[in-house]
Formats: sequence, C-alpha cells, structure tokens
Amino acid sequence: MSADAAAHHDGPMVYPDDRLYAKTTAGKIGMWIFLLSDGFSFSGLLLGYGILRGGSDYWGCFKEQAAELGCALEPAFGINFTALLTFILICSSVTMVISHSALESGDKKGALKYLGLTIMFGLMFLCGQAQEYFGTFEYFMHAVDGGHHPGLIAEGLVFGSTHYATTFYCITAFHGLHVTSGVIYLSLVWRALYLDKADANTVEIVGLFWHFVDLVWILVFTFIYLIPS
Amino acid sequence: MQGVMTPADIEAAQHLQHIHETPKSFVKHYVFSIDHKYIAKQFLWAGLLFLFFGGMLAMLIRWQWAYPGEAVPVVGNLLFPDTQGAITPPTYNTIFTTHGLIMIFFAITPIMIGCFGNFCIPLMIGARDMAFPWLNLLSFWIFALSQALVLASFCVELGSAAAGWTTYPPLASQVGTPGLGQSLMVLALFVTGVSTIMGAINYITTVIRFRAPGMTWFRMPGTVWGLWLTSILNALFVPVLGSAGLMLLFDRHFGTQFFLTGAAGGTGDPILFQHLFWIFGHPEVYILILPIWGFVIDFMSFFARKPAYWFRGSIYAMITVTVLSAVVYGHHMFVTGMSPLLGQAFMLLTLVISVPAEILFLNWLHTIWKGSIRLTVPMLFGLGTIFVFGLGGLTGIYLGTISTDLYLHDTMFVVGHFHLTMASAAFLGSFGALYLWFPKMYGRLMNPFLGKVHFWFSTVGLTLVFGFQMLAGYAGQQRRLYDPFQYSYLEGLQDLNRFTTYCAFALAIGQLAFVYNFFYSLFAGKRASQNPWELGTIEWTDCASPPVHHNFDRIPVVYRGPHEYNHPEVLEKLGRDWIGQTEEFDPAADAATSDEVAATA
Ligand code: HEM
Ligand SMILES: [Cu+2]
Repeated sequence: MSADAAAHHDGPMVYPDDRLYAKTTAGKIGMWIFLLSDGFSFSGLLLGYGILRGGSDYWGCFKEQAAELGCALEPAFGINFTALLTFILICSSVTMVISHSALESGDKKGALKYLGLTIMFGLMFLCGQAQEYFGTFEYFMHAVDGGHHPGLIAEGLVFGSTHYATTFYCITAFHGLHVTSGVIYLSLVWRALYLDKADANTVEIVGLFWHFVDLVWILVFTFIYLIPS
Repeated sequence: MQGVMTPADIEAAQHLQHIHETPKSFVKHYVFSIDHKYIAKQFLWAGLLFLFFGGMLAMLIRWQWAYPGEAVPVVGNLLFPDTQGAITPPTYNTIFTTHGLIMIFFAITPIMIGCFGNFCIPLMIGARDMAFPWLNLLSFWIFALSQALVLASFCVELGSAAAGWTTYPPLASQVGTPGLGQSLMVLALFVTGVSTIMGAINYITTVIRFRAPGMTWFRMPGTVWGLWLTSILNALFVPVLGSAGLMLLFDRHFGTQFFLTGAAGGTGDPILFQHLFWIFGHPEVYILILPIWGFVIDFMSFFARKPAYWFRGSIYAMITVTVLSAVVYGHHMFVTGMSPLLGQAFMLLTLVISVPAEILFLNWLHTIWKGSIRLTVPMLFGLGTIFVFGLGGLTGIYLGTISTDLYLHDTMFVVGHFHLTMASAAFLGSFGALYLWFPKMYGRLMNPFLGKVHFWFSTVGLTLVFGFQMLAGYAGQQRRLYDPFQYSYLEGLQDLNRFTTYCAFALAIGQLAFVYNFFYSLFAGKRASQNPWELGTIEWTDCASPPVHHNFDRIPVVYRGPHEYNHPEVLEKLGRDWIGQTEEFDPAADAATSDEVAATA
C-alpha cells in the first residue's frame, strides 16, 4: 500500500471548503437526494388520493349519505385529536433543532437530552396513531374526557371498503412507517452519540430526515383531515 | 472560494476518501464486495444473463408472428410439451410481457446504469470509490433479489406476468391475470426500484462531492454527465412507479379498488394507473437514453480525434431534455379521452424535445466532420447508435402529433419506434461501452474483427427488424396480436412479418460473435496496456488496466477537459495527438487557468 495509506482514517471526515458546497458532507447531500426521492413516492400516493377523491360522488359515508344512499356508515376523522398529534410532531422538530445546536456548541449532554425528547415525541405520535386506528389507549382516553374512543377500525372505517378508508390507511400508514423508521434511526444516532461515535453532522442528517417526516405529516394532515367533505 | 487551486486544496482532497485495504477473504472480494469496479462487473454479468433470457423470449415472439400457432422448432417441445411445441395465447401474453419487462428493468438498466455507472463514474471523476460503498453493495444484492423474484414468477401456477410491460389494469388486476406470477413481477419491479434509487443516490452524491481537484462540471466527460442526469430522473420518478406498484398489489391482494371498476368490481379509476405509470414511464425512456447520449458524445470525440463540438451545448441540451422529460408523459395517453386542450399542451411540449435532441445530433456530426476518424469497434457502435436513434427519434414526431397518433397508437409503428430509440440505441450504445471499457475492466483486449462482425449483424439487424415493424404498423398491424393474420385486412402482411423474423434470427445469431469474443477475451485475450485507445480521460491516464483496488494512490489533479485531441501545441511538444486531463503540460499556463478550476478543489 502506498504512502497515502496514512490518509486512512475512520473518524469523521473534514471536507475541504468548496465554492459551491462549502463543507457539506456526502452524507448530507445523499440524505437530501433521498428525501426528494421519498417526496415523490408520497406524491404518487397523494396524486392517487386526489384523483380518486375528485372522481367520487361522496367522500366518507356519514349519516346523511347513509340515509340517502344506504351506504355503510363511516366515522369522520377526529381532527382535534390529530391536531394534538401534529402539535407533538412539531414539538419534536423543535427539540431536534435544539439538540443539534447544543451539539454544535459542544454540549453533548444537552444534545443527548433533546435527542431523547425527540425520540419520546416520536413514540407519542406512534401511540397516538395506534389509538386512532385501534383504540389501543381507549381506557386512558376515556379517563381523560369520558368519551368513547374505540378506534377508527371499530367505528367502521374498513381498509378496502371505500376509497375514503383505503387512501386514509395507505397514506397515514406509509407516513407512520416513516415515523417508525425515524424513531429507530434517531435511537441509533442517540446511542452512537452516547458512545462518541457520532458528531454534529450525523445529528444534522438524522434531523433532515425527521423534519421531512414532520413536513410530510403537515401536508397529510391538511389533505386528508382538514379538507372538508 | 474563488482563486487558485492551492497545494493545500489538493492535499485536502487526498484525505477526503479512505483507502480501503484490499479485501483478503473470498466472500468480501467476490460476493459482498464494496468495490465499485467489482460491483460493476456483478451488474454486468447479471444484466447479460437476463439479456440472453429476454432475447430468447423475443425470438419466440418473432416465431409466433411468422408462423402463428405452429410448433416452435428445436426448443418447442422442451418449453411447451403440452401443446407439442406450439405457443398458446396465454403463453404468448406472458412471453411479450416478460420480454419487455426483463429487457428494460433487468437487462439494459443493470448493464447501462448498474455496470457502467458504477465503473465509469468514480474512475472518470478521479474518486477512489462511490460516496456510499455499503449502499452500493446493498443496491446490487437487492437487485439480485428482484431478479430472483422474476425467475420465481415463471415457476408458479399460470406462469409469469401477462398484462403487457405497461401492466395496465384491469388486465393487470386479479380479474385479468389471476396468477401469482403477475404479482411477483410487480413486486420484482418494486424491489428493483429500491435498488435503482439506492444506486441513484450514490451516483448523484459521488459526482457532486467526489470530483478530483480541478474536475469542474464542464471538465466531466459526457459519459459522467449522462449517467448523472439519468440518476436524477431515477431518484425522482422511480418512486412514483413504486407507489403505483404498491397500489396495484393492494388491489390484487388486499381488497382495495384503486384501479378497479366495472366488471372488475369497484369504483376505482384505471386511467389513474396510466397517469402514474407514465409519469414514471416517460422519464424512464430518457433514463435509458441519457447515458447513451453521454457515451456517444465521448466516443465521437475520442475516435474522431477532435474536441467534442460545442460540448457545453450538448450538456445544456441533455439538461433541457432531462427537465422536459418530466412534463410530456401525456403523449402516451392521447387516446384515453383526455381533454383536447391538455392533449395539445402535451403535444407541444413533446415536440419541443426535438430541439435539444437536434442540437445533440448536430454536435455529434460536427464532431466527426473532417476528423481523423478511427473506426474502432466502440466508434462503430457509437455511429450505429446515432443511426438507429436518428430513425427512432424522427418517428417519435409522428407519434407526438395527436392527429397522426390517433391512427398509429397501439400499432407496430409504436413498437418499432421505441425499439429503435430505446432498445436499439441502448443496446448498441451499451455494447460500444463494453468494447471500450473491457480492457480497463478485465485488463485484456477484445478481438476487433469479431467485434466488427457483431457490430454489422447488430446494427443492420436492428434497423431491419424494427424498420419493418414500423412498416407493418403503418399498414395497420396492431401490436400484441396473437395471430395478426386471422384478420383479413392484415393477411397481406404475412410475408413482411416472416421476413422480419428471419432478420431477427440473423440478428440473434450475430450475437454469438460477441459471446465467443467475450469469453475468449476474458481468459485468453491479449493483455491490455494502460491506455490502448490513446484517450485522455482519467481512467486511462491514471489507472492500470485493471485499476488497483483503491483506483488512485494519489487523487489526481485535473487541468483540462476530456476531449483534448490534436491540439497543435501538444502535437508539437509531445508528438502525440492527445493529452490527458491530468497531465501537466505548461505549468505556467495550467496554473493560470486554474482560476476557473478552483471551484471543485
Ligand atoms: C423526439 C423524440 C420522441 C418523441 C416525439 C416521442 C414520442 C412518442 C409518443 C407520442 C409515443 C406514444 C405513442 C403511442 O403509444 O401512441 C411514444 C412511445 C414510446 N416512446 Fe417515444 N418519442 C421520442 C423519443 C423516444 C426515446 C428517446 C425513447 C427511448 C429511449 C422513446 C421510447 C418510447 C417508448 C418506450 C414508447 C412506448 C411505450 C409503449 O407504449 O409500450 N421515445 N413516443
Ligand atoms: Cu414518452
């Protein structure tokens, strides 16, 4: 091996200043490209959603549609509850940013703390989705507001029965899959950071992914939940 | 950071990429390799294998159109024992469907993008490996998994996919193609898409971040440009196919009705699938031609021994096509009852693409005009590519014009068109690339005589086969007919179809010249020198044939563009008609120009 074998090192690489990319690392560029790519897979689903919804006579079989057309009753989405989930996810983006900037100013402990909070918010969001689908935390929910929250499936929103139900499950589950991978990814980075195997760049890259998941959720929330039938 | 390329910049570049030890264990070296050169070879072999497979399927289709329903000679009894060697209609559907899918996704894509993308990009930009070697490894093995799924789809009851390569529902729904094979094939497309996206992320990042000091954007060879732009289209549009494929699989197995309607039972929208498919599908056709354009830009200059004519123009033209390719997909759907206004818009945008295509064309011709042309095998393949692509591109204009497309849609004219553009051009271009880079890959030369035999059989064969197909289509023969001649108005085309089939068989036989040449040269070809073609790009000037594991002991410094041939001063001083991109010629002058160069240090 050549004299340059000395150049072999496995620590974080320092990138030379580049007129176009400054010190942007390959990992960061790669993540951006992946996010663009992933954005297009969401667009495929959202496009399908838009076209199917645009071509449907009614969107969701609520009381009046059921009375008029005799379709099987479907629940409306719980906007308030989901707004809470959205808020949680936005909080997680904030803690993500704080974690990164803490690390940049050399505060590893703070970074670990806020990264941990981010993971926790992500898990809370997933629990929220479980409640929304399956009513997993019905007992707890009942204790909070005294209402009955058996989950959308039990309330008659059946995958495959209508486009209203199918597109909802496909898109939110695809997003949920992203949150799940995000939580796993964040946990791996947390561990690496704890063991001093990660630097601010690693945290920034996972942050990019996490903010993307958050941004997509805001679009999903808008399109699926907020646009009135 | 404008300014001169300082020694510090050059030194910094040395540390950017690790030098990995050459792996010692068999598995790490030959199976799970992270070396881009080795992964390239893996893609090459995987692709060639399926190219053979897809080619055999093509021969079966041709036989069917020459002698519909008659027993296939030689292999018939082996393949279709139940019918004494004859192809039945359902089998025929499977054959033309899988031919298209295998060729596009499992043969051309791995050879052109998987192999040459992997091999050329790092070597030609002066990098030690891809940006993410592990992702690269994963990309190949996920691709291998998708090929396994394709093979599996042939082994299940009712056989493989049969809904056409475009996989339109309702034919592609459980009603039209109830077999598991159709699902396995859609799954294979999804999996290969994952692999493609991984590759694309790797290529794009590598080109952005790992160019050697001095390798500015416009000093990159056309080859790298083509592969890079293709990767961008891949990263953006393959996911859309992925979404469509998932929805289709849900429709087939989980009771949804995205695309199901009418007799298929549902309130979905089959046209939605066409939209999603072609949003991906039209960029896909350019995905399969951009690398070829890149090769051709380089080959014309390499072997006409002249600088590429208006190189920047060619690159801008390719960028324009890349952008436009995203907004023309509607021309595949003119007959779906789309709004005439929308149709007009798609027609206009489609025809606008001919402008940049024309620029590329003229630049190629200008490049070889009055050149000292060396008719090497890669050069011949490059010229052949231009010829078949020219024919195919011109016929695209008839299809892009709504009034003529209404008549030509779904005829053999379309089949001829896209085989000339996509199939023939990609085929000839990829083989040209293989002949060019074989010595660098394997350290041995291929036999030029056999290469020329291969060239003539291929180019003449492809032109005749697909030219005649267009003729048949113009005369009214629809595509995908089991027995075209059962319709009296097509009876007169039987002789034409038979003759086309003979041409196709000759084309196939001509491939034997390649097979022999490839295997012979692999083991017993003459040893290649470092730079057998006398070219100036980095892989020839700075790497042994084959290159060492980490490509470069020191990352080279680039002083000029990739096409410096017959420069008078170089001729005078060095006595040769080429100069390497990394050769310091006149230190004072080189330093002065490095102002503009410093961008990438
Ligand atoms: C100026 C250039 C081109 C124009 C105007 C053009 C136009 C068209 C149009 C309008 C169609 C649809 C025909 C129909 O189904 O009725 C078509 C089909 C097709 N074209 Fe092109 N094309 C051009 C170049 C290319 C290139 C460069 C490629 C590939 C490398 C290509 C590959 C295809 C394929 C694969 C199909 C048909 C797929 C199918 O229906 O199975 N075309 N083209
Ligand atoms: Cu097209």
